[in-house]
Amino acid sequence: MSEAREQILATIRRGLQRGPLAGERREQLEARLAQPPRNLIPARAALPPAEQVELFVTLALAAAATVERVADLAAVPAAVVAFLSREGLPTDLVLAPDPDLTALPWDGQPTLHIERRAAVDGDKTCVASAFAGIAETGTLMLLSGPHSPTTLNFLPDTHIVVLRANRIVGAYEDAWSRLRERGQGMPRTVNWITGPSRSADIEQTIQLGAHGPLRLHIVLADP
Amino acid sequence: MHPTSQTFKANASAALHDAALQRALKNLKSGFPGKRAAAIAKLPEFDALRDAGRDLKNHVLEHLDFYLERFEAQVTAQGGQVHWARDAAEANRIVLDICRAVEARTVTKGKSMVSEEIGLNDFLAANGIEPIETDLGEYIIQLRHEHPSHIIAPAIHLNRDQVADAFHAHHGQYGFTERNENPRALMSEARQVLRQRFLNADVGITGANFCVAETGTTVIVTNEGNGDLTQILPRVHIVLASIEKIAPTLEDVSTFLRLLSRSATGQEITVYTTFSSGPRRPEDVDGPEQFHVVLLDNGRSGMLGGEFQDMLRCIRCSACLNHCPVYGAIGGHAYGWVYPGPMGSVLTPQLIGVDIAGALPNASTFCGRCEDVCPMRIPLPAMMRHWREREFERHLSPAGFRFGLRAWAFFAQRPKLYQSITRIAARVLRWLGGRNGRIKSLPLAHGWTAWRDLPTPQGQTFQQQWAARQEKRS
Repeated sequence: MSEAREQILATIRRGLQRGPLAGERREQLEARLAQPPRNLIPARAALPPAEQVELFVTLALAAAATVERVADLAAVPAAVVAFLSREGLPTDLVLAPDPDLTALPWDGQPTLHIERRAAVDGDKTCVASAFAGIAETGTLMLLSGPHSPTTLNFLPDTHIVVLRANRIVGAYEDAWSRLRERGQGMPRTVNWITGPSRSADIEQTIQLGAHGPLRLHIVLADP
Repeated sequence: MHPTSQTFKANASAALHDAALQRALKNLKSGFPGKRAAAIAKLPEFDALRDAGRDLKNHVLEHLDFYLERFEAQVTAQGGQVHWARDAAEANRIVLDICRAVEARTVTKGKSMVSEEIGLNDFLAANGIEPIETDLGEYIIQLRHEHPSHIIAPAIHLNRDQVADAFHAHHGQYGFTERNENPRALMSEARQVLRQRFLNADVGITGANFCVAETGTTVIVTNEGNGDLTQILPRVHIVLASIEKIAPTLEDVSTFLRLLSRSATGQEITVYTTFSSGPRRPEDVDGPEQFHVVLLDNGRSGMLGGEFQDMLRCIRCSACLNHCPVYGAIGGHAYGWVYPGPMGSVLTPQLIGVDIAGALPNASTFCGRCEDVCPMRIPLPAMMRHWREREFERHLSPAGFRFGLRAWAFFAQRPKLYQSITRIAARVLRWLGGRNGRIKSLPLAHGWTAWRDLPTPQGQTFQQQWAARQEKRS
């Protein structure tokens, strides 16, 4: 135990006029951490699922993301090809090595050149899969892991994220509940992403594409 | 950073006469307050959330030792390391030792006010390690050898032509030989230059907006994505956090996040909110191999239990700066240290001493806007008054001011005398003002009359009016 640590904790306790917490008070705090209570949650996202999806789309668009709805996951590859062609983007893709993503019918899109790995410098377009979408602010939630390298979310110019409509929740707290239900603890990185990268550091004028992706395209697949 | 708060009056005067600064400050006034108001109008629960945020942070501060220990235990359990630093020198030394252990030559940095507070860049550079700021605003001011003038918009004191000059002077070596004033082109240039620096850095240093005790997680919010490239590409990620950044749980951090960006930029949420827990896992294919958190005290623990404890609720959103008439007139550099505006006027005397920074709590019109907009409901004007009292107690205020205050106190404690003196003074002032009712100059009050006329008192004194009113009632 470092001297600095002991001294800082001692000064805190002196200020609070007590010793280390013990007994009932400590148990209350332990209980609060074990079962985190929810604080005030804005009513805006307390909606039936279909309306949560609508709210998510509206707010993601407001944050300058683009959103395309497709009938099911199998329709994702064709939608990605159409998006790249519409935007005049190259057909080289880096795909997150996620079994759910790699299992999609990419073979039906012969124009694509696909690699399944983490991102490296120079990658133009990456495709990843979102763990959840949060309707409250149109926010994507991505978890790091072997199937979902974090570099895919930040290095490419174009970030395409596949989100299933039934993964959309209302409030931030609902997203944390889903993460806890997953039962694997906190991943190294949880990324909440709301629109493409931007900066207003030059004369307070917002410009898209600062250091992260210039474009964020969400392919929203039913169900 | 060497403070210049002692010369606040001269700094402020220079700022008022700096045409480029005054031009740049217009961007502040036309931007943030309107955007904040619009965002809040869309969230009917905002004021109730402010109450919740205030109560939550009070709960954290009352149990800060417990939560810090839990945070440390959780970081450690995930393979990270927590380092405790009592002051700037200890924090700098810890960071240097981590960098040296991996033979680091370059360090990329996300925006961190704690890093400014401890003067990390100068310290690393003096020890042969190159720090590279990656937030666009921070990068611009690093090229200009300046410090941030605003917490979330560090280069708000600059205009595009100044940015163009800085890039033109430094980017030739990367093949950018043409001077460009277009903000979009300037940003694209910085993106290309900094991308290589991200990829080559040995260590990445970020701040933390919050430290979650439940999970041992540090949280940063950014719009650029620079904080993320800073922490996922190098082998080592160091987080600099001050001890009051604790949020107990992920639910609690969600409450703070709803307040932070709306109060700051008027966004519903920033583009990137990143939750980092430990180093990369064995199965991961990217991410840092080492994860360190440096917890800095630097005088904060001493604020607990005292009249400045509420200041530790601050989440550094900048709303108080954005709405302050003083900040809006002079910008951030005039305050002379790291934290400007109303929050700086309260925090700076605590961190560097009221003898050096005593002018700051006096730089207030007491309009109360800062408290009105503070998402954590910090009573900033009341705390500035506390500092003024301390300054007076410690005989730090100027002699003329002290004499005046004592003279006033003498009369205020003798109501009869006070009333007759004010009656006489009102008559004299009316006489001095003559027929047009305005006084153009007055002995001992040159500071007022040099800039504006003093209107003469109208009618009776307050006490006379009050007495008359009471009589009427009975």
